[in-house]
Amino acid sequence: MEDTYMIKKTLAFFTAIILITAVSGCGSASVSARATTEEKMKENVTFSASKLSGSVVITGSTSVDKIINDMTDEFAAENPDAAIDYTGSGSSAGIKDTLSGTNNIGVSSRDLKEDEKTDGLQVTVFAYDGIAIVVNPANPVKNISVADLAALYSGKISNWKELGGNDAPIFIVSREESSGTRTSFEDLIDLKGAGGLTGAAAVSEGNGPVQAAVAGNVNAIGYVSFSFMDSSVKALDLEGASPTEENAKSGDYKLSRPFLFCYFDDSASEAGKAFLDFALSPAGQAIVKENGAIPID
Amino acid sequence: MIKEREGQMKAEDVKQARKRDLTEKIVEKIFFICAFMGVLSVAAIIIFVFYKGIRPFVGENAYSVAAFLTGTKWAPRENVYGIFYMIVASLLGTGGAIVLGVPIGILTAVFLVYFAPPRLAALIHPAVELMAGIPSVLYGAFGLGVIVPLIMKISPEVQGQSLLAVIIVLAIMVLPTIVSLSETALLAVPKKYGEASIGLGATKIQTIFKVDLVAAKSGLMSAVVLGIGRAIGETMAVMMIAGNPASGLPNSIWSMVRPLTTNIAMEMSYASGTQVNMLFATGVVLFIFIMIVNVTLSRMTRKAGEKA
Repeated sequence: MEDTYMIKKTLAFFTAIILITAVSGCGSASVSARATTEEKMKENVTFSASKLSGSVVITGSTSVDKIINDMTDEFAAENPDAAIDYTGSGSSAGIKDTLSGTNNIGVSSRDLKEDEKTDGLQVTVFAYDGIAIVVNPANPVKNISVADLAALYSGKISNWKELGGNDAPIFIVSREESSGTRTSFEDLIDLKGAGGLTGAAAVSEGNGPVQAAVAGNVNAIGYVSFSFMDSSVKALDLEGASPTEENAKSGDYKLSRPFLFCYFDDSASEAGKAFLDFALSPAGQAIVKENGAIPID
Repeated sequence: MIKEREGQMKAEDVKQARKRDLTEKIVEKIFFICAFMGVLSVAAIIIFVFYKGIRPFVGENAYSVAAFLTGTKWAPRENVYGIFYMIVASLLGTGGAIVLGVPIGILTAVFLVYFAPPRLAALIHPAVELMAGIPSVLYGAFGLGVIVPLIMKISPEVQGQSLLAVIIVLAIMVLPTIVSLSETALLAVPKKYGEASIGLGATKIQTIFKVDLVAAKSGLMSAVVLGIGRAIGETMAVMMIAGNPASGLPNSIWSMVRPLTTNIAMEMSYASGTQVNMLFATGVVLFIFIMIVNVTLSRMTRKAGEKA
């Protein structure tokens, strides 16, 4: 009896220790993360005329992570003392961070909303992206109109027969609320005007999962950013325009959106502005192109 | 001389005793702080989640609690937040997993305790323990790669992402909890119960079902309740196979569902404004479910203690 009591006591003690380690571990990690961000922001001041130094905090859209990471690598090779620190947290979060001053530069994969536009907030478009409508490679349908797309995503069309395909129900795949790609997609096809997203649609939490869902189901339809598309899915033409860079930039392909930086002149820092210049330079635009997005000119 | 020495020794003894008392007190305080940290973190989480989660329902532009709890559509961009269909999804997913997982889990434990030859038990034991350690994202990947395509083949619906997929994966995930707790409960049954039963002429199977499992009832019940807790809180694996529709109650096991946990995980990283608070409100509902599970568990173990 006494023994089991002791065992219980010891167990309780170890549980407490584990809990405490876990709790204090989490606490200090987030505190130190914040501290480093603040330090990095302060370091920006140390700029010398000959050499760029300090680090630049960039947060925002996850759709651009491949482009920004490649740009960061190349920029770092040219400016070894300047470190670019990019965190993909979503377009809305990136813009919010810029407005509240917790980053140097925000990056967004959609135009700014009215309530996000503030005096002095600079916006630089550095690339365009197209949203591809993807279906399973086994699907015979080749073309779709914007109106049909809106009817499909709002639930008014539910069989491929209505679009010239097989007599089979449509498995609709969308993205989570507040995904930049979904916001752009729904705005570009005016889904709200058509009655909003149907409850029959599945919601996947990223470009990859959408493609996996479409590749795994013969009757599926989904949408992904151009830069994420691979050969496991087939892209549809939109109103006769194929999903190519030229068509997206010229506006013939209706589902396109800008990639942009937003920043305030006084908080962007010299190194940050140099990075913006680099993004717009031929070298930066080459990276945009390499990653399947569309250069600005 | 001798007396002086004795006096000195006494003084030293007192000193040492005092030192010992002090160490005892310090260690005691350290224990207290440790114990308090757990309570503190739970309290902090409760206050934070409830503070954030209650905000959308008070003050100006308050959202109706009834509309939140009974709504079947989640569309933050239209300012519509209904989670009833998610509550239903969480309860059905968890219930199904328990219906499927509990018999398998308890029978596995029975096999391990009463029938398994030592070498086979030595194989099953680590396998079950390993199951508990597999990250849930891998269960999700397995579900998406294997279970969803299989369901798609037999489902009347166009997709394989469904309530059934959720139930199957959750049933697999609750197995380790149920097996190990049931095993402990069965091992705790005094040997003499079974011996007496056999001695009275009952068969081994009769003894297990009529004596051992009955005697281990409270332990088995806690295994089930902990399994429920595990299933209702599971997020990552479920998110990958549930389909997560933006609205609509499930009308069969082939329907897509959106459990409460999934709703929070999918949108928290991107959300802003009211949407964040609504996600915390979803968390409050989930928290209430978990508290019900825990209270049930402690009630049950207390009752079991009284009986013993």
